[in-house]
Amino acid sequence: MSLSRRRVRAIFRKELREYRRNGFIVVTMAVIPLIFLIQPLIVVFALPASTAAQLGHMHLLLYMLGIPAIVPAAVAAYAVVGERQQGTLEPVLTTPIRREELLLGKALAALVPSLAVAYGVYALFLACVELFARPAVASALLRGPDLLAQLLFTPLLAGWSIWVGIAISARSNDLRVAQQLGMLASLPSALVAALVAFDVIHPTLGLAVGLAAALLVLDGLGWRIMAGAFDRERLVGGTR
Amino acid sequence: MAKQTIQEAPPAPALAVHGLGKRFGDRVAFQDVSFEIGHGEVFGFLGPNGAGKTTMVRTLGTLLSPTSGSATVAGFPLVPGNGVEIRRRISVMPESPGLYLRLSVAENLACFADLYELPDPTDRIGRALRAVHLADRADDACGTLSKGLRQRVALARALLGDPQVLFLDEPTSGLDPVATRDVHGLIAALGRGGVTIFLTTHRLEEAERLCDRVAILNTTLRTIGRPDELRERLFAKTLTVRTLAPLPDPERVFAGLPAVDGWHQDGPAGYVLAVSDPTVAAPAATRALVAAGAGVLSINPSHHSLEEVFLELIDQEEAGRG
Repeated sequence: MSLSRRRVRAIFRKELREYRRNGFIVVTMAVIPLIFLIQPLIVVFALPASTAAQLGHMHLLLYMLGIPAIVPAAVAAYAVVGERQQGTLEPVLTTPIRREELLLGKALAALVPSLAVAYGVYALFLACVELFARPAVASALLRGPDLLAQLLFTPLLAGWSIWVGIAISARSNDLRVAQQLGMLASLPSALVAALVAFDVIHPTLGLAVGLAAALLVLDGLGWRIMAGAFDRERLVGGTR
Repeated sequence: MAKQTIQEAPPAPALAVHGLGKRFGDRVAFQDVSFEIGHGEVFGFLGPNGAGKTTMVRTLGTLLSPTSGSATVAGFPLVPGNGVEIRRRISVMPESPGLYLRLSVAENLACFADLYELPDPTDRIGRALRAVHLADRADDACGTLSKGLRQRVALARALLGDPQVLFLDEPTSGLDPVATRDVHGLIAALGRGGVTIFLTTHRLEEAERLCDRVAILNTTLRTIGRPDELRERLFAKTLTVRTLAPLPDPERVFAGLPAVDGWHQDGPAGYVLAVSDPTVAAPAATRALVAAGAGVLSINPSHHSLEEVFLELIDQEEAGRG
């Protein structure tokens, strides 16, 4: 089976246009990262230089991995049930598009803005720390391995969150339920990130490689599993 | 040497359905439906609400799998492996236009042009919009359009890929008379242009006006044929005679006329003649009335609308159940 890039791109572009013109989605995407940004900033600015040594046991940057875990969930949860409620899913399904193409287009459309938001917030946080935090605090926070982990795990976590969100969306009959379930389902990933950030789970290279490999496999499987479970008959006929 | 005559095989129908059925658990949507539609034919699929019309469109459009029977759509057997090939050759316009309301008309069509992988999409979009008289609204957001205009955009979207078979599911549902007239005009133009159209509707005047043949479905196929054939099949032929004053002895006037099988009074100066051939009976009745000194106001052959055909069939079905 060969995938059509043009059809994937058609869905991707259509989704991005809809996001741009849908205030609710933009607000959802903007508010959640602020929650993850404000708390660490307060901590960083309030810390005296003498406590910088304590930061050596924390990985505050990794706390913000909650952003790619949670932000795409709300968008992905809209992907199928939203179109179904709007009545736009049926016309799309009557075109030659394959379910793999439809799902990939929708997943990429959720991934790209989520990554942009997540990396944008990281950049803002780093800039604030560099500019306004005490130098000792700043140097204790900004560590190479943490930055690398942040760059690497952001797309992996977002990908997982998106497939879970789309899976929920494809099985739901109500948009609000899908979004609430999507948010709930993304919490475990965010919790693991928080536990690592606060050194409850001690981060090691082995753990990082293991988690990254597991997420990579889950992201790839997520697409295949979702495509297999995508049931035109249920989505159009409301049966099964 | 004997002359060999080469007989061309008749062209394959655009749509062929044999004993098709669809169930949802215990509920039967439709069953044992068979018909064929030729290329360029406008075929009306009529039925009351819940008769299975939309399910039939979704089944033939590869969105639902049939539970029994077989079909060929645009030359391809209706089996799961042919879904993409069939969908490349057909278009379905669902009852609800299903447009992306935040996107402009052109953006909606561009998305679908890409989904059909059409070459030269800008030209195709322009042509489709001109066909539905919406070229000047290309940049308007679909959410700002009236229901009738949205329906036209949906029709433009369905025309983008020059489909071999166009499925229109209740295309005028919920439209006002002006918008309905516009959509009828567009469908009639498509029919004249040789597009094969499968039109579901419960508006009988719509089917009568637009369709070459109609089928009436109520879970099973009740009847199929040209509207005039159905009328002939279901109703006795009659002539309705109106005179200025009541005839003193109508039996003497109408008895024995050629092609007149009987008569009954219809109002004080009205008579309904049961006839076998109106073209023979009408001149004979006219001559007999004039000879009897009657003032003839009108002699009209009976005209039963498709609505009467439809109601007659439903009544027959209910009587059969009773």
